[in-house]
Amino acid sequence: MSTVFGVPTQALFGQLLIGLINGSFYAILSLGLSVIFGLLNIINFAHGAQYMLGAFAAYFLLQWAGLGYWWALLLAPIVIGLFGIGLERTMLKRLYELDHLYGLLLTFGLALIIQGLFRNEFGSSGLPYSIPSQLTGGLNLGFMFLPNYRAWVIVFSLFVCLGTWYVIERTKLGSYLRAATENPVLVQAFGINVPRMITLTYGFGVGLAALAGVLAAPIYQVSPLMGADMIIVVFAVVVIGGMGSIMGSIVTGFALGIIEGLTKFFYPEASNTVIFVIMALVLLIKPAGLFGRER
Amino acid sequence: MALVKDSAEAPALPLTPQHQYVAFAIMVLFFVAAPFFVYPLFLMKALCFALFACAFNLLIGYVGLLSFGHAAYLGSAGYLTAHAAKVWGWPPELAIVTGTATAALLGLIIGALAIRRQGIYFAMITLALAQMIYFFCLQAPFTHGEDGIQAVPRGVLLGVLDLRSTITMYFVVLAVFLGGFLLIYRTIHSPFGQVLKAIRENEPRAVSLGYTADHYKLLAFVLSATLSGLAGSTKALVFQLASLTDVHWSMSGEVVLMTLLGGLGTVFGPVVGAVIVVSLENYLAQLGAWVTVVQGIIFVFCVLTFRRGVVGELGRFIGRSL
Repeated sequence: MSTVFGVPTQALFGQLLIGLINGSFYAILSLGLSVIFGLLNIINFAHGAQYMLGAFAAYFLLQWAGLGYWWALLLAPIVIGLFGIGLERTMLKRLYELDHLYGLLLTFGLALIIQGLFRNEFGSSGLPYSIPSQLTGGLNLGFMFLPNYRAWVIVFSLFVCLGTWYVIERTKLGSYLRAATENPVLVQAFGINVPRMITLTYGFGVGLAALAGVLAAPIYQVSPLMGADMIIVVFAVVVIGGMGSIMGSIVTGFALGIIEGLTKFFYPEASNTVIFVIMALVLLIKPAGLFGRER
Repeated sequence: MALVKDSAEAPALPLTPQHQYVAFAIMVLFFVAAPFFVYPLFLMKALCFALFACAFNLLIGYVGLLSFGHAAYLGSAGYLTAHAAKVWGWPPELAIVTGTATAALLGLIIGALAIRRQGIYFAMITLALAQMIYFFCLQAPFTHGEDGIQAVPRGVLLGVLDLRSTITMYFVVLAVFLGGFLLIYRTIHSPFGQVLKAIRENEPRAVSLGYTADHYKLLAFVLSATLSGLAGSTKALVFQLASLTDVHWSMSGEVVLMTLLGGLGTVFGPVVGAVIVVSLENYLAQLGAWVTVVQGIIFVFCVLTFRRGVVGELGRFIGRSL
């Protein structure tokens, strides 16, 4: 067996792959958080619960409607995104005049309700969701075995992230969004319906979380608490990257996933904490975050 | 920071806090009489959480900082106290001091990092660092992972008070709670407390008046962490147990809930909130995950329509700040 620094490469690349997969989820989730925060000034604590809802939506679509993975990939983000829009219209919009922290508390409460309800119904153990038949099997790259589904998750996540980046940074719609983030009153004065934009933005962010949930369903099992710890790591990712830049969120997400994977290989005891340690270091050196600016 | 403005602003009329003395007397009478009518272990739990919530309220209510990681201080202090009392065989007073000192040190480190950012970031940073402490407690051998430290001896306080007697333990817990409560009361009514409120209302202005806001924030943070640690240490002795529950993020959420329900930035709110939440959990305990759902519903309800909390509304009703 070939080795690098005296360690088996097979296992090293295996952990790197898991790191990349986790990194994709971190990137998509922190991207959603940043977009929502930019316009709503709310940190969406329910993001982890909505990620879980995405995975469950995929599960239900299969169980009840017989719709498979590809339909879930399309429908789950739409359904959960609409649910998010409902939340924004009925609850979140009452908080825009108040301190930002109330938004955090409200979404935390929503996360507790959603996760509690699902835990009552499905317990804490996971439900299996199988890999779509087109993506079973894998590729032997010589130095490692690459399961097709995992390769698909990484490629598709990159595509989603870069697509979002393109829409926000390079299109007319994105320019409205960026302008409204800077100064909503002025943008409204120019005749753009900012409240509707806010609603759709929240729905989009929630949809992204649900999409990550569908992608995660075949890898991790579908379980009510799958997003609960995830969201805290994503918060750390957001603090490290800073919420100022879209590309920053993407790069930080993937990079931290890889670092986590490497830690899992070289020093497994620290794999749970490494991201938080990096966050502490970043706070010492560059408090605004690697890509952020003080505001 | 307009977080608690409305609850602090409305009833600011009289400066003489006489009604607060009355309220304090009622509270003391209630807790002195209660163990003869209610299960003392339940009351001790309520008192520990009341102190925890008061310590948390010192930060959110008077400095405007939302810490989402206060479980770290409660839990780690509990572990150190339990370890000192059980493994090292230390007397309860030394065990409590050990636990509390640990929380203070932890508060100093986490606080120094977290105050580098404000508002929403502060909450996320404290939450993330507390999660790191959680994983540390999960993996460190001395905490015994999922089992926790069980059968912690209560011991004999200062060589005189035998804490194995429930009623003695109760009044020691009450004394600890009242001591912590009065310390917080004194702090928020001192010049130091006035500066904290100034920072909450307008930080740049406080800085321009020559106050080093960061020092004040850090000191308040350490004080809050220390008192949370005191609550955790006492709790570990009461239940003779230190477990992962107390370091988990859901505990950090619970203390936010208690304070929010009782009234952010009120003196007595956290106590009322803690008693309500602990009683609620006591009744709902057999319903499993429904407890989480009910907590979530209370969160949503409080944020949407009940932002002043029980004591805040009461204070507004009688036109006095409580």
